[in-house]
Amino acid sequence: MNMIQAINSALDVMMDRDPDVVVMGEDVGYFGGVFRATAGLQQKYGKNRVFDTPITECGIIGVAVGMGAYGLRPVPEIQFADYIYPALDQLVSEAARLRYRSAGEFISPMTVRSPFGGGIFGGQTHSQSPEGIFTHVSGVKTVIPSTPYDAKGLLIAAIEDNDPTIFFEPKRIYNGPFDGHYDTPAKSWAGHPDAQVPTGYYRIPLGKARTARAGGALTILCYGTMVHVVENTVAAMGVDAEIVDLRTLVPLDIEAIEESVRKTGRCLIVHEATRTSGFGAELLAQVQERCFYYLEAPIERVTGFDTPYPHSLEWAYFPGPVRIREAITKIMKD
Amino acid sequence: MSDPTGFDSGEGQGARNLPPLKLHVPEPPARPGEAADFTHFEIPPVGAQPRPDEAAAPADMRDLAYGLVRVLDEDGQTAGPWNPKLPPETLLKMLRAMALTRAFDGRMFRAQRQGKTSFYMKSTGEEAVSIGAALALARDDMCFPSYRQQGILIARDWPLVDMINQIYSNKGDRLKGRQLPIMYSARDAGFFSISGNLTTQYPQAVGWAMASAAKGDTRIAATWCGEGSTAEGDFHSACTFASVYRAPVIMNIVNNQWAISSFSGFAGAESTTFAARAVGYGIAGLRVDGNDVLAVYAATRWAADRARANGGPTLIEHFTYRVEGHSTSDDPTAYRSAEESSLWPLGDPIARLKQHCIAIGIWDEERHAAMDRELAELVRDAAREAEKNGILGHGLHHPMESMFEDVFEEMPWHLQEQKQQMLDEWKAAGL
Repeated sequence: MNMIQAINSALDVMMDRDPDVVVMGEDVGYFGGVFRATAGLQQKYGKNRVFDTPITECGIIGVAVGMGAYGLRPVPEIQFADYIYPALDQLVSEAARLRYRSAGEFISPMTVRSPFGGGIFGGQTHSQSPEGIFTHVSGVKTVIPSTPYDAKGLLIAAIEDNDPTIFFEPKRIYNGPFDGHYDTPAKSWAGHPDAQVPTGYYRIPLGKARTARAGGALTILCYGTMVHVVENTVAAMGVDAEIVDLRTLVPLDIEAIEESVRKTGRCLIVHEATRTSGFGAELLAQVQERCFYYLEAPIERVTGFDTPYPHSLEWAYFPGPVRIREAITKIMKD
Repeated sequence: MSDPTGFDSGEGQGARNLPPLKLHVPEPPARPGEAADFTHFEIPPVGAQPRPDEAAAPADMRDLAYGLVRVLDEDGQTAGPWNPKLPPETLLKMLRAMALTRAFDGRMFRAQRQGKTSFYMKSTGEEAVSIGAALALARDDMCFPSYRQQGILIARDWPLVDMINQIYSNKGDRLKGRQLPIMYSARDAGFFSISGNLTTQYPQAVGWAMASAAKGDTRIAATWCGEGSTAEGDFHSACTFASVYRAPVIMNIVNNQWAISSFSGFAGAESTTFAARAVGYGIAGLRVDGNDVLAVYAATRWAADRARANGGPTLIEHFTYRVEGHSTSDDPTAYRSAEESSLWPLGDPIARLKQHCIAIGIWDEERHAAMDRELAELVRDAAREAEKNGILGHGLHHPMESMFEDVFEEMPWHLQEQKQQMLDEWKAAGL
């Protein structure tokens, strides 16, 4: 399965298991979503459980809060993560805090799915990575898969979770892994070991990172599309790096991070999102606080730039192999 | 100015000798020191509005969004097709619930002035909006209130001590002292957790109603917001969803004329009514005398019956007046005419129902005075009972570590770490 099919399969499995799971969003019903992630679900489960919505993100999330309070388990889709901002108040002030402010009387067990990230010439309104906004908010979980296998297992865990979860889908790798070189044709997930996705139920617990590649010289913390770009760069450089795919940013697998950095003594953090106050800053602070005496070189960050996402200059913006290679070389020099 | 040649230059009308454009900034009819003026209000006589069938199409009842449904006249008599013809016991229950709400507000306002809590908001003059609706709805319908609908809890016989515990944020507060006073949550009373962010409850109520419909339930949802916050995007998102899915929801706009110091003109009242918002969405819209509890009851009952019969949503504007300040942090004499509240042409909701009950021979002044004394004692006793659990800032609060509970269903490592850090700090400080 590619990542879209894996996500579709997760939704199918959960809708089949739990009659309270409902899928809603712009174009998700009859058409099955602009990325086809919800294809076939309305035909199978009916319009009461899979339906198109008006174009109002604050309405979609607000309605999902009410549905969750009723006792359903909504899985709203925000068509592009760039469009999540109109829904921010409902996510931040309502969904994230409903359990807390009502001392558990009402909960908001929703899973907000949203394609995010760049590398598809989507311009500044179809490319952003807003995960740092949500990791800053108390009460929401943030999940970002990097493989079809993880996408299905993590999405199932997110839907079963009783807390609101933001599930960001790296759309650049929906249809195949990506080596980070803009001029290489899109690859396919066919034959990839992480595309061996069981058709039935399985879950990957939230808050557990994955060692994408074991190594001893350097720890690279990354997630989503960047896992693939980092894997490719490390392979090309022949460096003995350990690649930790975080999978869940909140709750963060701090033990896996600590264990790896203490072992290697070096740490690089890579994400697509803009640099200032990005999630990399939190990772850097955590590593500094917990592993300072184990470090042999300053911690480095490779990120997107602090500009809006440019269209024609996308590949100069995107944190690709060149930027990652420079950072690894710098860290390994000390 | 037109071109003297009679020809259009083809450049629009830019850069020519035209009068300057003007920005219209609304101004209320009266400010402090000026005479209150309500002459611009059109108050139709009681019984003038038709009562359409609950299944009527919204397009066939547009006029109701511009009129004013009224049942009780100036002499305490009822008339017209909206008269709900309630039995005496229901009328007296309404009267008592409104009076209890006023007594509660009075006591809690004083408690704030005495330093027992940080904040309070009275609903004086608007009691009919909550009480009329609460009695017209089924007990298990879910209410998504704003911050001035404490009357719903009171009408549903929710314990006053529980409400005061919340206001005092004490160790008996079911919300563990996390919410601003009056931001109740009472799931068992069908009372959704109140948010300070305005109108966020609107799409939530619609979502709850949609869920109920999708599951084939029979319960409906109702929600309330002020006229000022109809300007919020959430209001319009909610109307769109409610209209599109014909959600079994009642959307109430409490037009109490003032959003803190901004008069209703800043929400668009100079251009149309708030009930008329419904027209553009193809929703049934009713404009109701919000100080006439029988009209509020009748309109809500009509809307509830319509929703239960899968007739879809109803938007009700309750035309009323905020007699007191916005909250204990507000001074209304700084921005509006001092005599406004006493000159409000639709009167006082409690006085109007009392007059009606006396007129039909089921009530008298003596019984009313006795009831007021009894309710004052009831509230006083409840307040004393709640005070045993503590008042704000006097140490009788939930355990400090409760701060970290309920952020997530299970406490993740980073919150456990921060909780431990806090406890260690307090221990080290010898506290």
